[in-house]
Amino acid sequence: MAAAYELRCRECGKRCENAPLSICEECFSPLEVVCDLDAARPAFTREAIAAGPSSMWRYQALLPVPDDYVPATPAGWTPLLKAPRLARNIGARNLWIKNDAVCLPTLSFKDRVVSVALANAQAFGFDTVGCSSTGNLANAVAAQAARLGLKTYILVPADLEPAKILNTQVYGANLVRIDGNYDHVNRLCSQIAERYSWGFVNVNLRPYYAEGSKTVGFEIAEQLGWRLPDNVVVPMAGGSLITKIRKAFKELIALGLVEDKPVRFFGAQATGCSPITTAVKTGADHIEPQRPATIARSLAIGNPADGVYAARAIRESGGWAEDVSDVEIVSAIQELAETEGIFTETAGGVTTAVTARLYAHGRIHPDELTVTCITGNGLKTTDALTGAYEQQAAIRPRLGDFENFIAEQSEEDELVLGGSFVR
Amino acid sequence: MSVRVLLPNAFQKHTNGAREIQSSAANLPQLIAEIEATFPALRSHLRDDSGQVRRFINFYVNEEDIRFLGNERYAFRDGDEVLVIPSIAGGSFTEVLASRCAPMSDGAKRVRPYCQDCSCCSYCGQEDCCCGG
Repeated sequence: MAAAYELRCRECGKRCENAPLSICEECFSPLEVVCDLDAARPAFTREAIAAGPSSMWRYQALLPVPDDYVPATPAGWTPLLKAPRLARNIGARNLWIKNDAVCLPTLSFKDRVVSVALANAQAFGFDTVGCSSTGNLANAVAAQAARLGLKTYILVPADLEPAKILNTQVYGANLVRIDGNYDHVNRLCSQIAERYSWGFVNVNLRPYYAEGSKTVGFEIAEQLGWRLPDNVVVPMAGGSLITKIRKAFKELIALGLVEDKPVRFFGAQATGCSPITTAVKTGADHIEPQRPATIARSLAIGNPADGVYAARAIRESGGWAEDVSDVEIVSAIQELAETEGIFTETAGGVTTAVTARLYAHGRIHPDELTVTCITGNGLKTTDALTGAYEQQAAIRPRLGDFENFIAEQSEEDELVLGGSFVR
Repeated sequence: MSVRVLLPNAFQKHTNGAREIQSSAANLPQLIAEIEATFPALRSHLRDDSGQVRRFINFYVNEEDIRFLGNERYAFRDGDEVLVIPSIAGGSFTEVLASRCAPMSDGAKRVRPYCQDCSCCSYCGQEDCCCGG
């Protein structure tokens, strides 16, 4: 094996050399990257990692990129925050938030996967890259491709949030709006990738791309002082992230960087697009595709690529999966912002609402160390909060007007508190 | 009646490079049988050990997933375009459980546990590794 990683079929186990390929030619099953842990061992120590850059590239030895790869973008290494105020609200006592709402450069965890995918796009000699996207991926590909001087074609559902479209176009990407949902876009991208010599990060580069998600798991463990949490709550769209966090923990255990312990994985989806949570709840042995209908558009994948693996990871770990309504999503966005000062997008609302429900239903014990993964920024989905706040009438720049304003506010608060509406 | 069937690149190794066929099949089971009759080499790759068509091979009719149209009950119409696309990832639990991990290509022993989908040793493929890998 020339490189310290290679592709292997997830079903039949057939190995193949590194190539822009995501399907096994023998059984047409998905390929994934396997890293040579022994080769990585000397460079993957706590000390070496601590001396590395303040980005996800501190874990480069376990990422599928060439040895001499020099990262162009310092993605990752986002805060892991204790969340005592949110915890108090939802009956938790040891709750932490992994905050990828502030992941650089485009404010979502997709910056991690794109960094690894584009490193491989360059290694394979692609001058044009692309993706099918529900928005965050589009932003990440557009920004990082611009920095690397790669041409980009990005395909998105036509009804995507305006902010996500703007945040793609600003980088000079060729944005193609498709009259259909994400699953239509994804199918088209599969066809395009077969016709054009382009590197589609989540199609023919998917095995490499997906490995970038491991860095969420590596960071959680390191930021907890090289130990694993008891529980992790993860939003699920295609289902890849939850499986890769689990893979990261396993690799850390295998290399002796953390003590082996059971970690339970909990998946979160919106009820309007819940094929994976449905499979977990019903015990189905496959994923039934759904037609998405939810405001959580970044999770609106009705035929999730890694759904079957995500459901299995959840079950094997002893975890569970839950889904929540659009109303709960909006409330959870507000609650997270009001309690912890973190403004997340709709996907984060899903994760927060599901986390609350898991405590309410007794699936997570309050004292267990639980990390909930916030994967995107609320500035991208402000339309979800349209109508949530009344615009106050402007007052004159006079102290008396201000005092009247405060007095009125106090009266309103008393009325609200005296009535049945207490949030 | 005739439907146009577009095959994925992954099939071409087993179809002598053919990328599409015209079919007179009335429904999905007939279509799969016809594809296998036309390309016998494809059969063993298209089906799992129990003879079932692998679940991560998706069929679309005129841009719609055939599962939303009734799946095997859907009656093809003249002029339908059928796309065959393997899932980028996917599969079923039974298929996952039936799989076993394989050693790395250089045959060297590796630390366990490696596999993401089970706790098997990446060298010997056993859940309870005793090879010291």
